[in-house]
This record gives sequence, structure tokens and C-alpha cells, in this order.
Amino acid sequence: MLVYIARRIVYVIPIVLSVALVCFLLVHITPGDPLVAVLPADASQELAAQLRAAYGFDRPLPVQFGLWLWKALHGDLGTSIATGRPVLSEVLRAVGNTVTLAIAAAIIGFSLGLMFGLLAGYFRDSWIDKVSTSIAIAGVSVPHYWLGMVLVIIFSVQLNWLPAVGAGPGGSGQWGWDWAHLKYLVLPAITTSVIPMGIVTRTVRALTGDILSQDFVEALRAKGLRETQVFRHVLKNAAPTALAVMGLQLGYMLGGSILIETVFSWPGSGLLLNSAIFQRDLPLLQGTILVLALFFVFLNLVVDIAQAAIDPRIKRA
Amino acid sequence: MRHLHSFSRTAVLLALTAVGSVAVPQIASSETVLRIGMTAADIPRTLGQPDQGFEGNRFTGLTMYDGLTMWDLSSATKASVVIPGLATEWKVEDADKTKWIFKLRPGVTFHDGTPFNADAVVWNVDKVLNKEAVQFDASQVGVTASRMPTLVSAKKIDDMTVELTAKEPDSFLPINLTNLFIVSPSKWQALYEKAEGADAKARSQAAWAAFAKDAAGTGPWKMAKFTPRERLELVKNDNYWDKARVPKTDRMVLLPMPEANARTAALLSGQVDWIEAPAPDAVKEITARGFKIEKNEQPHVWPWQFSRIEGSPWNDIRVRRAANLCIDREGLRDGLLAGLMVPATGTFEPGHPWRGNPSFQIKYDLPAAQKLMKEAGFGPDKKLSVKVQTSASGSGQMLPLPMNEYLQQALAECYFDVKLDVIEWNTLFTNWRRGVKDPSANGSNATNVTYAAMDPFFALVRFLQSSMAPPVSNNWGYINNPKFDELVKKARTSFDAAERDKALAELNAASIDDAAFLYVAHDVGPRAMSPKVKGFVQPKSWFVDFSPVSMAP
Repeated sequence: MLVYIARRIVYVIPIVLSVALVCFLLVHITPGDPLVAVLPADASQELAAQLRAAYGFDRPLPVQFGLWLWKALHGDLGTSIATGRPVLSEVLRAVGNTVTLAIAAAIIGFSLGLMFGLLAGYFRDSWIDKVSTSIAIAGVSVPHYWLGMVLVIIFSVQLNWLPAVGAGPGGSGQWGWDWAHLKYLVLPAITTSVIPMGIVTRTVRALTGDILSQDFVEALRAKGLRETQVFRHVLKNAAPTALAVMGLQLGYMLGGSILIETVFSWPGSGLLLNSAIFQRDLPLLQGTILVLALFFVFLNLVVDIAQAAIDPRIKRA
Repeated sequence: MRHLHSFSRTAVLLALTAVGSVAVPQIASSETVLRIGMTAADIPRTLGQPDQGFEGNRFTGLTMYDGLTMWDLSSATKASVVIPGLATEWKVEDADKTKWIFKLRPGVTFHDGTPFNADAVVWNVDKVLNKEAVQFDASQVGVTASRMPTLVSAKKIDDMTVELTAKEPDSFLPINLTNLFIVSPSKWQALYEKAEGADAKARSQAAWAAFAKDAAGTGPWKMAKFTPRERLELVKNDNYWDKARVPKTDRMVLLPMPEANARTAALLSGQVDWIEAPAPDAVKEITARGFKIEKNEQPHVWPWQFSRIEGSPWNDIRVRRAANLCIDREGLRDGLLAGLMVPATGTFEPGHPWRGNPSFQIKYDLPAAQKLMKEAGFGPDKKLSVKVQTSASGSGQMLPLPMNEYLQQALAECYFDVKLDVIEWNTLFTNWRRGVKDPSANGSNATNVTYAAMDPFFALVRFLQSSMAPPVSNNWGYINNPKFDELVKKARTSFDAAERDKALAELNAASIDDAAFLYVAHDVGPRAMSPKVKGFVQPKSWFVDFSPVSMAP
């Protein structure tokens, strides 16, 4: 197992370097001036040259990349052009808010997905299956920013039950696990959860149906095991795949959703990316993408290792 | 059944708790609070020179800080003009028109209790113009120095007098200085002493970062609480030097809400009291629920800027005039924009001191437009092909795509065949500086970048003066008209305010007579607010004065 883990960690290194290179190049090859946030279009040439030099954009791209990577390896992602604040602290604060939202959405999405998936799998072709499948299809099909707006119209504007925007009465900096704060999380979390809920439902439904049709289930029942005990076996067999799908979905959610976070003004990494893109804040954009990509890579690593721990066949393969 | 009963009871209790927590008012506080949803995705920079254009100046510039000169924002009917701020009077020296003497306002203190004086002015000029100064901050230079392009340096004459030097005679300098906000040097110095860093530059950056979290200016509002990207809370400055402008509300909370529908929902659900730029299609709903829409003509222009290089179809004045006469601006206002625009008949409208008396009247006159096009050699069987570069969104761009499609249809009736080259906003903005001769223009012979028209340089000079052609400034189409050049020079060297205004009015009238741009719309800076918001005056400006605003219980 340790050899497997070590091998998987070694595989991650070139991926991380490739991600760093790609994200650096992507933000540099896009048209437009990287100093647009601090350099009005009417600024003089001298001023433009002076600022380019101050920010290091006058250096050759390989040099810029080398310097950026070297600093990044030392935990310095530079300074946001637009705000002057360190990129790392900006990204970590935003990622913290996105993690809060992702965890809440994961709890909702995975619980419902698992429930609907198991119900649909166990009661194939019944009305329960049809309802569960319809909910799953709706979950992956409905544009989630639209759903977010609908929820806001119903629960905020019409019923005035929940806040429409924000991350707490005093902002996320004063987060607390009480209803005064949690009510800000309800609508964005439900909106974020619908896609993973739909995907998990469909995956678990297919897995459950497939496992239930296998001979060992018949054998277990023939042995006289109670249905709850059979269910436990079904769950154990479905777990690795379901876990991989959930891990992937959690990864997507941890990346933050630009649309959902913008709709709810939730100060997470999605909103940060939105802001960085619109302001062409290259250091912030590079730093955010890098951190999110690393998150995703390491989450996949953790899922792979967890899968191997649950299913020894993966490790041997 | 008993389980079901207990479940129902629990559910009802939970629901009541949830509703109660929202519906039941919190313990009444005597403090009055104004909560505003901004269009910005982040709190504009708080360290003195805001980013995010004029929205930044509106919320984190003019609230916490003052300039030597400032805008009069007290009237909804008169054009907003420059008035004394931290300077009480100023004049250019007779012997040397590059030197200005500014008399400073006595008895003004910064929020940290330290006095405002000539040293503070020199220090603040140096923060953006003197690379050797320890407080020099490159990140503040762009948004400041470009808005006062001729200022070179400041020198203390005595505690209450400073001398400012421009690189050339420039009567616009006092207007430009509305963009230089004066921060407390003592506060910054104290933070610098505590700052850590490898060298003076690193410590300086750290000091500015700390200052942004704990700012001190002389403005009517003081920073109280700041959570980056989420909220900024300002409290009234009881010691403000202009007693008439001490805020009538105790606290103002600024919240970034970049999505128009989210802002509207926040207003309608009572989460905020005021939102900037509601979505046009939500205006009816907002007013139907008893909220107010405040708007006024802004010094903002939504134009097409024409190419004037050799071979451009816009070189024929008949074509330029025809385009200006072919647009039903009232139709655009009442239809697509739900009333949220003012038809543009030039950079400045009648009543503005810089309007002048143009002989060419921009209006909707389809027969006249078609006649001009026929005279220019075009007609139903011979369309004139033009291409405009625009964006799908962007600061000040209003609704660029639908508006351009409206123009496309309107101009088709005057024998134009309009092609749109739609690109990302920041790219369009960057291309604006590069000009029509640059490959980035992609064959376009017009560009659609909106501009602010508060200051003569930004409203007229940078577009009309031949020496402002790329890469110097924003004369994108390479306009080269000796009359414009002569009038610019006249305006810049007229140091009597009335004379300067007269010259600017001549320049504006000349640009209208020449149909220099396709003038389409002025934004109206719409904002929606709760009926609880009282005393607000919407001036003809990008800025507003929050001081007279009060909150009804």
C-alpha cells in the first residue's frame, strides 16, 4: 500500500508542474493589457512603461514564469494588481468560503443522491424509480444559476425567509455555526447541490441495479441473510465507484462556481475568479487557478488512495 | 401516528424559528444604517486612490477623503462644477503659467486627529509622482497620474500654502485635482514604522496594505470595519470641516454585488436599502413594490468613435452627419433601455457650460439622413459597409450588444451595412489605446468605447487633438483637424474660468458640427432605493453626496 501511495505521489509532480505552466501561459496569451486594472487607457506611454517595469511585465515570458514558479514554490503567489493584497491570502480566504459552501452542498447532494439512487436501484421500473430518475435528470439539466435565481425569488423576495446574497450578517469574516449565519448558506448550498445530487443518483442507481442482479446477492439471500445485511453488502460493492464519483463532484464544487457565487455574492473562489477575469488581474488569476488545480489534483490523489484501500484489486492493477 | 405528530410539531417549530429569525425585528438600535449594494465585485481600494473607475471614487474615495478641489454635488438640475475642497482658493502665477498657488483650508484634521497642512499635500503628490519618495506606490500611479497628466510636483510655501507645478500651462489642473485624494501621512508613517519587509520598498507596500485596512482621510465618513471583497462599513465623521456636510446617517455599509438580479433581489427582500444600476427589466417590479428609482443625466457618452484615416468611409462629413440623424434615440430610450438613458446630441447637452452653440442639430430625421447618404453616393442598391468593434459587456457600456444591434437596424434604413466585431471588454479597452491602424482593430472603422465627460481633457481633448493619436492617448481614429487643435490650445491656456469654459464650449460645438462621433446616449446612473431613504439628491454627475441622506425609521 505504501509503495502504491508513493508511486501515486510521484505521478502528481509532473501534473502539478504542467498545471502551473498551462495556467501561466493561458492567462498570458489572452489578449488585452495585464495592467488594465491600474492603468487607464488614457495613461501616457511613459507611465505605462513605468508600471510594466514595476510589475515585471517587461521581462521575457520564460523569465516571468521562472520567477513566478520559484516564488510559488516558496508560498508566495505575488500581489494582486487590483487590490495590492497578497494573492495567497486572497485565495485562501476565498477557498475557505468555497469549502464551507461545498461541504454544505456535498452533505445535501450526496445524501439525497445516495437516497434517490438506492431507492431507484432497489425499485427498478417502479414509480419510485421514475420519480427519482426524473429528479436526477432535472438536477443535471436545470441551469443552476437559473435555479438559484428562482430560489431567491421564492424564498427571499416573495416569502422573505432567507437572505438573497452574502455570507453572513457581518460577512464571512465573522462566520458562526448558528442560524443567523447558516441561513445565508441555505440557498447557495441547495443550488450547488443539485448537479452532484443528480449525478450521484444516476451512478448509484446503475450500480445498485447491477449489483442486485449478480449471483452473490441471490446467494446471500438464499443463505437467509436479512435484507439489511444484504443491503450492507450492496453498499460495500457500490462504495468504490460511488466514492470516486463523489470525490470528483466534491472537487468540482471545491473549485467554486463562478455563476452560483456571483448570483449569491458568495465570496468564494468562483467570485474571486470572476473578479480576477474581469479586472485582468493576472497574478490573482494565476494564483487562484493554480491553487484550485492543486486542490483538484490532491483530491483525486486522496480518492485514488481511498479507493485502493477499499478495493484491493485497484492496488494490484 | 404519535411519531408523525411529533415530527409535524418539530417541523412546525423549526419553520416558525426560521421565519421568526428573519421576520422578527432585532432589538431596535438608535444607530441609523444605510446599506448599499454596489455593482463592483470587490470593495474598491480604500487606501486613498480607488480602483474600479468612478464607482470606486464614489464609494471609497469621496466618502473617506477629500481633494484640494471637489465637485459640487448639491444640485439635481445644474451641471456639477468644481468647488473648493481642502484648498480654499487657487491661482496660476502671472509670470509662469506652469506654477499654481493653492491656499489650504485651515482647521482641518485627519481621522487620526493629525492636522491637514501643506506637508500633507506635498506628501500625497509624492506618493504618485515622486519615485524616490518612500511612500511612492506604483499601484496608485495609474489611476491618479493619468487623471492629472500635467502635474509634475508640489512644493510647500508655508503651512497653509503649496505651489503645484505643471509640465505645461494647463488651465484644467484644478479640475484634474478632484482625482487626488489626500490621506493622512502620519497614519501611514506610523504603519510604516511597524511594517516588516526585506527593504524600504517592501515595508512601504506593507504599510499601504495596512493603511487600506485602517484608513484615515479628512472626509465626511470614517472607516469602521473592512472585510475585503465582502463589506466596508463607514461611520459618520462628526468633526468634518464642512458642518453642512456632516452625514445624517450614522453608518453606511457597502456590499459588492456584481450581479444585477442579485442586487435587485437583495433590495426587494430588504437586505439592502439602496442598489446601484438595477437591471432595466426589473424597473417596473421595483417601482411597483414602492421602491424609488433615482436617475439623472450623467457626464457619460455612449458613442461610436470614427476612423479618420485614409480610405475610411467616415471621412465624408455627409456620412457622419447622416449616421447621427438616422438614430431614433427616443425609441432606444423608451424601448430597449426602459427609460434608463438620455439621448446624446453631443458630448455635452444644452444647459452645460461647455455645450456651446452648434449649428448642426443632432436628432432623428430619417429623410434628411437618407438625403445626405444619397448625396454621398449611396442608396438602397448601394449600401455603405461599415464595421464597429464593440464588447458584450463592460464598465459604462450599458447594454452594448442590444444597443449596437438597434443601431445596426436603424442605420440599415440609411443605406448602411453595419457589421459588428464583438470582443471581450478589456481587450476592446486595450485596443482603444492602440488605434485604428493597429491590427487589433481587425478591419473596424469605428469603435464603441464609452467615456466619462467630467473633465475637459477626458471629454474632448484626448479624442479631438491630433497629437493625442495612438500611442499617446485615445484619438483612436486619428482625427486631425487644425480647428480642434487651435481650440484645445485656447482652452488649455485660458486661465480665467469663464474664458476657459467659453473656449471649451467652442470646441464642443465644433466637434458636433463636424459630427466627430456618432453620439448615441448618456447613461443616467440609475439606482433604486427603499422609501426609507430620505434626502437624497441625484446630481448630474458620476458621484453622489451621501451626507444629506437620512434613514426613516
